[in-house]
Amino acid sequence: MSSIAQNLSGLSKPVASLFVEDAHTKARNNAEWRFRVYGIVAIVISLLTLAIMLWSIFSDGISAFRQATLKFPVEITADVIDPKGNRNRDEMAKTTTVSYAKLLETGFAAELVKRGISVEGLSAKDISAFVSKDAPAELRNATLADPANMVGTTVELSVLASGRIDGYLKGRVTKESAVNDSNISPAQLELADRLKQAGVLSVAWNPDFISNPDASDQRPEAAGLGVAILGSAYMMLLVLVMCLPVGIAASIYLEEFAPKNFWTDMIEVNIANLAAVPSIVYGILGLAIFINFAGFPQSSSLVGALVLSLMTLPTVIIATRASIRAVPPSIRDAALGIGASKMQSVFHHVLPLAMPGILTGTILGLATALGETAPLLLIGMVAFVDNYPAAPVTGFLDPATALPVQIFGWAQRADPAFIERSAGAIIVLLFFLLIMNVVAIVLRRQFERRW
Amino acid sequence: MNMMSESATEQLLNPSTSAPIVKMRGEKVELFYGQKQALHAVDLDIYKNQVTALIGPSGCGKSTFLRCLNRMNDTIAIAKVKGKITLDGEDIYDPKVDVVQLRARVGMVFQKPNPFPKSIFENVAYGPRIHGLAKSKADLDEVVVSSLQKAGLFEEVKDRLLEPGTGLSGGQQQRLCIARAIAVSPEVILMDEPCSALDPIATAKVEELISELRKNFTIVIVTHSMQQAARVSQRTAMFHLGNLVEVDETNTIFTNPTQTKTHDYITGRYG
Repeated sequence: MSSIAQNLSGLSKPVASLFVEDAHTKARNNAEWRFRVYGIVAIVISLLTLAIMLWSIFSDGISAFRQATLKFPVEITADVIDPKGNRNRDEMAKTTTVSYAKLLETGFAAELVKRGISVEGLSAKDISAFVSKDAPAELRNATLADPANMVGTTVELSVLASGRIDGYLKGRVTKESAVNDSNISPAQLELADRLKQAGVLSVAWNPDFISNPDASDQRPEAAGLGVAILGSAYMMLLVLVMCLPVGIAASIYLEEFAPKNFWTDMIEVNIANLAAVPSIVYGILGLAIFINFAGFPQSSSLVGALVLSLMTLPTVIIATRASIRAVPPSIRDAALGIGASKMQSVFHHVLPLAMPGILTGTILGLATALGETAPLLLIGMVAFVDNYPAAPVTGFLDPATALPVQIFGWAQRADPAFIERSAGAIIVLLFFLLIMNVVAIVLRRQFERRW
Repeated sequence: MNMMSESATEQLLNPSTSAPIVKMRGEKVELFYGQKQALHAVDLDIYKNQVTALIGPSGCGKSTFLRCLNRMNDTIAIAKVKGKITLDGEDIYDPKVDVVQLRARVGMVFQKPNPFPKSIFENVAYGPRIHGLAKSKADLDEVVVSSLQKAGLFEEVKDRLLEPGTGLSGGQQQRLCIARAIAVSPEVILMDEPCSALDPIATAKVEELISELRKNFTIVIVTHSMQQAARVSQRTAMFHLGNLVEVDETNTIFTNPTQTKTHDYITGRYG
C-alpha cells in the first residue's frame, strides 16, 4: 500500500523547480494576463470616447466666447433722437430702433469713406448688413440710460458684427459657402477682409455670451446664457432647499426609527422604483399637478425646481440611507450605552459620520438635475425668454429657462451660428457640473473622519 | 486607629464579606428572537459592589442576558423579553420606565472598543453633557479628569486630551470607553467581553481597573476566559443553551461546582 502510494506520488509529482511554470499555472497566469488586457482596453476606449466628445464640443463651442465686433464713431444726432431737445427720457423713448439703425448706418458708411475703404459693387443694404440687428437696440438702451451725455455727441462705438461676418472671421463661413448663401455674398466677405486689415473689424472676448438673455433667430450673435444660468441657479437653490431636509428626514426615519414591516418594505421598494422612473414622466406629473391643478405660472423656476426635486428626491434618499447604514452600529451602541436617546445618538453621532456620503449623494443628485432637460420641456421652460427673472423670492415665479433646455433650443435653430452657441452652452454646463463635483469631493474630504 | 478605619472602610466597600445587597434581580427572564428562544427562565441576582461574571460557551445567552439588564436589546426589533428584571426593586421593563434614565444608571462597555470619532475629552464629556451633569465648563473638566483617572488612563493621555480617541491603542481605547461609562456616574456597569480584543498587558490593566471600580460600582462582566472570571469576580454564573446552569461564589464554582456541565466547562472538557 504505502509503496504504491509513494509510487503514485512520485509519478504525479516529479521534482519541481520554482522557476518552471507547470501547465496549470501557465493557464492561470495567461487568464490573468488576458483579463488585465481587457481592462486596459476598456479604459482606453472610454478615455478615447471622452476625449473625442470633449474635443468636438470644445472645437465647436469655444469660439462662442469670442465675438466679432465693429469699431467706429457714431454721431447721435439730437434732431433724430430728441426732436424736442429737452433730453426727456420718456419722450425720447418714443424714438424706435429704426432711427438708431439709421444713425449706425450713417456712422459706419462715414467710417468707410474716412478710411478710404473701397465698397465697390456693394449696395448700402449690403454694407449695413455688417452691423448686427441687435446693435440699434443696444445703442438705444445706452442712449436712454444716459441722455445728457450721449445725445448730440459723437461716441466711439464697438458694436456686434452680424452672425455671418462673425462666422467668416471664425472660419465657419467661407467665400465658397457664401456663393450659395442668400444672407451673405463673397463681395461682402472681401470687404470684411479689408475692414479687418483696417482694424475696424476684430474678434474679441465676449462676456455677453454669459450674461445676455436669449436672442431671436435673426441675431445669433447677441444670444447669451444669462437667463438660462440664472434659471438653473434658482432651480438648483430651490431643489437643494427642498430636497436636502426632506430627503435626510425621510432617510433617518426609515433607517433608524421606522419599524421593519410590510409598509416600510413597500416604501423602500417604491423609492427604489421612483429613482428609475424616466424623467419625462415627472414632467407630465409637474404639468398636471403644479401648473394645471395648483396653478403655478408656466416656465417658472419654482415649478421647474418642484419637478426636479421630485426627480432628485429618491436619489438623495437612497444615497443618504446608504451612508447612514454605513455608520458602524458600534457607534450607536456606544451612544445608547451611556444613556443617549435615539435622537441624540442619531444627530450627535450617526449624522455627522454620514454627512460626507449624504452631501456627495445630494450634490451628484443636483448635478443630474442640473443637466435634466425632458421634464422642463413639458412645463414650458423651453419658451423664448429674453427678460431676466427678478431677484428671489418673487423671481422664482418669473419665466426663466435652464441651461440644458437652452442648449436644446439653440440646437434646433436654423442658423449655423446657433450650433456654435449650443456647444458653447454645453461648455458652460460642463463647467458647472465640474464645479459641483469638485465641491462634492472637497466636502467629502473635509467631513471625512476615521472610526 | 488608621488600621481600624481602613478595615472598616474595606468592610463598607466590600459588602460581600457582610450581607450582600441585591442591586439587580432577574426573575424568570425569557428572551425570544422572533420564534427562537434565547433565554429560558433565568433567575439571577446581581449584588451591589461585586463583580458578577457570566461564563459559558458561545451562543449560550450570556451576552443576551447582559444586554437585557440595560435594555440594549430594545434596539433589536425582533427581540421580545418576558419575565421581570429589577433595579433597586423597580421593574426596568415597566412601560413607564424611561430607557434613557435606565441606561444612565446602568452603563455598558462593549466587546470591541468603540470610542466616538471625536477627541478624548469629547468622548468622556459627551455623557455628562447630555445628562446635564456638569453645570459649568470647570465642572465638566473635573468630571472628565476624574473619570479618566478612575479608568487609569489620565496619566497616559493628559497631554493629548484634544486628540482623537480613535488614535489610542486598543487597550487605551477600551479604558477610554470605561471612562466614558463612568463619567455619567452609573450604579451598574455592564461589560461584554471587554478584554477579548486586547493583548495580555492591556487585559491585565483592565482587570486591575475592574477590581478597583468594584468599590464604587456594581459590575457584571461577560467573559470567555476562565482565568479572568476567577481573577476579577466574586460571583460567577454559568450559562448553557440559554439556561442558567449554576450561580455561586466564584471560589465555589471553580473549586466545587455542583453541576457536571460547569465542571466540564471550566476544566476545558466542553465548550
